[in-house]
Amino acid sequence: MTFKSKLLNEDEVRRALTRIAHEVIEKNKGTDNLCFVGIHTRGISLAQRLVNLVERFEGKRVPMGILDITLYRDDLTEIGLQPKVRETRIPFDLNGKAVVLVDDVLYTGRTARAALDALIDQGRPNRIYLAVLVDRGHRELPIRADFVGKNLPTSKSEVVKVKTQEDDGEDAVELWEMEES
Amino acid sequence: MNETATPSFPKHLLDFQDWRRTQVESLLETAQMMQEVLARPVKKVPALTGFTVATVFFEPSTRTRISFELAARRMSADVVSFSGAVSSTTKGETYRDTLRTLEQMGIDAYILRTDAAGVPHQAHRWLHKPVINAGDGWRAHPTQALLDAFTLREKLGDLEGKKIAIVGDILHSRVARSNAELLPMLGAKVVACGPATLLPGSLPGTTLTTNLKEALAEADAVMALRLQKERMDKGLLPSLPEYIAGYQITEERLRWARPQAPLLHPGPMNRDVELEGTLADSPRSLVERQVANGQAVRMAVLYHVLVGKKS
Amino acid sequence: MKGEILIKNAKLADGRGEHGSADVLIGEGRILSLTGGDASTVLDATGKVLSPGFFDPHAHLREPGQEVKEDLQSGLTAAAKGGYTDVVSMPNTSPVVDSAEIVRALKEKAAQIGRARLHPAAALTQGQEGKILSEARLLREAGAVMLTDDGRTNEDAGVLAQGLQYAASWGLLVSVHAEDAGLRRGGVMHEGKVSFRLGLPGNPAYAESARIARDLEVVRYVIQGPGMEALRSGKSLLHIQHLSTRRGLELIRQGKQDGLPISTEVGPHHLTLTDEHLESLNPIYKVAPPLRTRTDIEALVEGLLDGSIDCVGTDHAPHTQDEKELDLLRAPFGIPNLEVAWPLLYTELVLKRGFPLPILIERFTDGPRRVLGFSPIHLTEGAEASLVLWQPNNQRPVEPSAFASKAKYSPWEGWMLQGWPVLTLVEGRRVFASEPLL
Repeated sequence: MTFKSKLLNEDEVRRALTRIAHEVIEKNKGTDNLCFVGIHTRGISLAQRLVNLVERFEGKRVPMGILDITLYRDDLTEIGLQPKVRETRIPFDLNGKAVVLVDDVLYTGRTARAALDALIDQGRPNRIYLAVLVDRGHRELPIRADFVGKNLPTSKSEVVKVKTQEDDGEDAVELWEMEES
Repeated sequence: MNETATPSFPKHLLDFQDWRRTQVESLLETAQMMQEVLARPVKKVPALTGFTVATVFFEPSTRTRISFELAARRMSADVVSFSGAVSSTTKGETYRDTLRTLEQMGIDAYILRTDAAGVPHQAHRWLHKPVINAGDGWRAHPTQALLDAFTLREKLGDLEGKKIAIVGDILHSRVARSNAELLPMLGAKVVACGPATLLPGSLPGTTLTTNLKEALAEADAVMALRLQKERMDKGLLPSLPEYIAGYQITEERLRWARPQAPLLHPGPMNRDVELEGTLADSPRSLVERQVANGQAVRMAVLYHVLVGKKS
Repeated sequence: MKGEILIKNAKLADGRGEHGSADVLIGEGRILSLTGGDASTVLDATGKVLSPGFFDPHAHLREPGQEVKEDLQSGLTAAAKGGYTDVVSMPNTSPVVDSAEIVRALKEKAAQIGRARLHPAAALTQGQEGKILSEARLLREAGAVMLTDDGRTNEDAGVLAQGLQYAASWGLLVSVHAEDAGLRRGGVMHEGKVSFRLGLPGNPAYAESARIARDLEVVRYVIQGPGMEALRSGKSLLHIQHLSTRRGLELIRQGKQDGLPISTEVGPHHLTLTDEHLESLNPIYKVAPPLRTRTDIEALVEGLLDGSIDCVGTDHAPHTQDEKELDLLRAPFGIPNLEVAWPLLYTELVLKRGFPLPILIERFTDGPRRVLGFSPIHLTEGAEASLVLWQPNNQRPVEPSAFASKAKYSPWEGWMLQGWPVLTLVEGRRVFASEPLL
């Protein structure tokens, strides 16, 4: 893959997350029953940031869980790779909660679909929202995000990479081009 | 989607000859994740939707079969089961005929149990799909060893340098052989102990001894094996009381091991033979934990053997 | 001089040594000349070796009763393809070969088939049950060349002693499958570190050596008794089949040094395969006595060289593919090898290890003939033209699917071998010729 451009820098990522946090509070009318669930890998660090931001703005720490969707993927009979099964930990009762699912990039919608199934197997939330840092289009399923940091039109040969301080040592969103095969 | 791939795995589990430490450790980590699934109100994930596995048991074993079938169903695989007896002639259907017939029905993986060593290897040569050994003769019972290792790690943490004593009929034990392959791979020292007539001449990965005190000395865990009553008929043991006198794990003998060293048994247990009556139900016993972990480990095995095309 | 077949430019090699090239004229079942002559068929054998026909003292041809595994037609054709002109068939059939009628019937049928010649061995005891002696005198008259309960072991030393004594009085050799049933138990492979690791029931080397030790004592006892004046000088009384262990060999070597009238044979598999092959968990390697260790192979090669082992016996033991695909506990013992024995040992012993060619030929020809009381065949004018022409240079893989034997599998499948026979003659008659020669 070759690097093409930096789409968001550290400040822009921070601003996008801040805005999402405000929108979440507004939509939920406060922090009642609110919780965040981050999808592996970068959704977890993004969810953590949102929890911190909500706490800063509202003075209340809302619960957070982490979700691995590997066992819910719809392509396990086909793919050549064997994805690693990672930890799912939702240390609170989902029943009646307003859950914000957090992922880094919304693309085909298949991860979100798997995440919804995985979440519902864990309990019965009142409401599930989807928050993503980047929506790059090309949906294959009828899924949309409730909160979007940035809409970025891309081509299918491009790759959007979200980097976070926690996972990659910097906050950024980058555009890469796949090698001609 | 994020592609954090596990190291590539052998697409079969016959024994541990083709497995490396990193693969085993990765599998045990997956089993840990499966524990979380089993702790949920809905103990089922769609991972193996569309896969069909067959349990093919030429030797009866209700416990192992149920554990495998539940594991497969909790992963949403379809399960069919075949029970057959093998005759010593070819008058009946041969293993190959049976397996080929199933293959024509679109089975994606075979879970095989036989009274004879090597049948999973033979099946692996005949079939194009993964074969999981659910116990073959005296040779191997790899999922039992995996669940033993999983249970031991749960209790003891890293097995590096830990001394595990296996006591009983080592010669005829597939559980002992698979543990002798697996536990040393994970860093443990295995001492296998039993009456002289029930010990093999050698067993790689183990120290063999007839001296129970020596075997248990400073052991971090003790695993007792099931004693088959037919050993007495073959002249390998004089009597049950004789075995009990020499090799039963008792409260008193367990003092030779490290304090609180846990006690394992692959089951089914002969009460008051391998273990002194009360021990099996004491807090030191991990026997029930082994059974529970068996399912998670088998779910992990199915996941690794079935998902991802052959490399 | 006028003959039927002229084999030109053949290198001659027999049990006495190598004798350079010659034009061998064959007619009336004999070698007429080593210096050429006229013949209706002329073969150019440049680069090939002519030797006396091989003699197998031990093969299971399964007839009567087990024709699904092998029959005389397939077995004797396989033998001819392997360069054998003579085969001793084992009597553990169904029914057991324990009567003169069956021996005669087998001989007649084999003669009609007209491939390798058949020399039936008959049971030492009726039904091979180890109880009542079979009719040695009548069996010999019908054409039996040996008495044996092979397929089973002779657990009762008393019966063996009586059998040896009685058979010897009628000039018949007794051969034994020397394994102690108690020590062998249910062993399906050599007992050792491989069997311990694999968890397969082991058959210890000492099951063989303990039985050989007992049997040598039985021979010592028997030769003190009556009827032994008739014992032909230097002739074997007891033949120990398919020797597989170093320790067994030591006992036999000692017994021979002590002057006991004993002989032994070794099989191609015991000279080329070890218990480590069982790590594949493939019943194709299941044989009795079992494949042993590298140490045993070294000892057996040494024994074959110094003459402690008299001959190579194939113990060709065909079974159906289905039977060999049972599991390792249930699959029957036995390896088919009549068609590969010579190229296998020529390649593995002569070419790879420098084993002297004339000695290997001796162990395939004069050795077994001597043990059974047949005259040797040497490549001289007037000798019986039961011969094999073989190709020392062409390399070819073992292809079981092309076997004439009904057992179309082989533990040596794919091994690249040299020394393949191209022509086998029995008394001047072609019983096998490879396609290029036809």
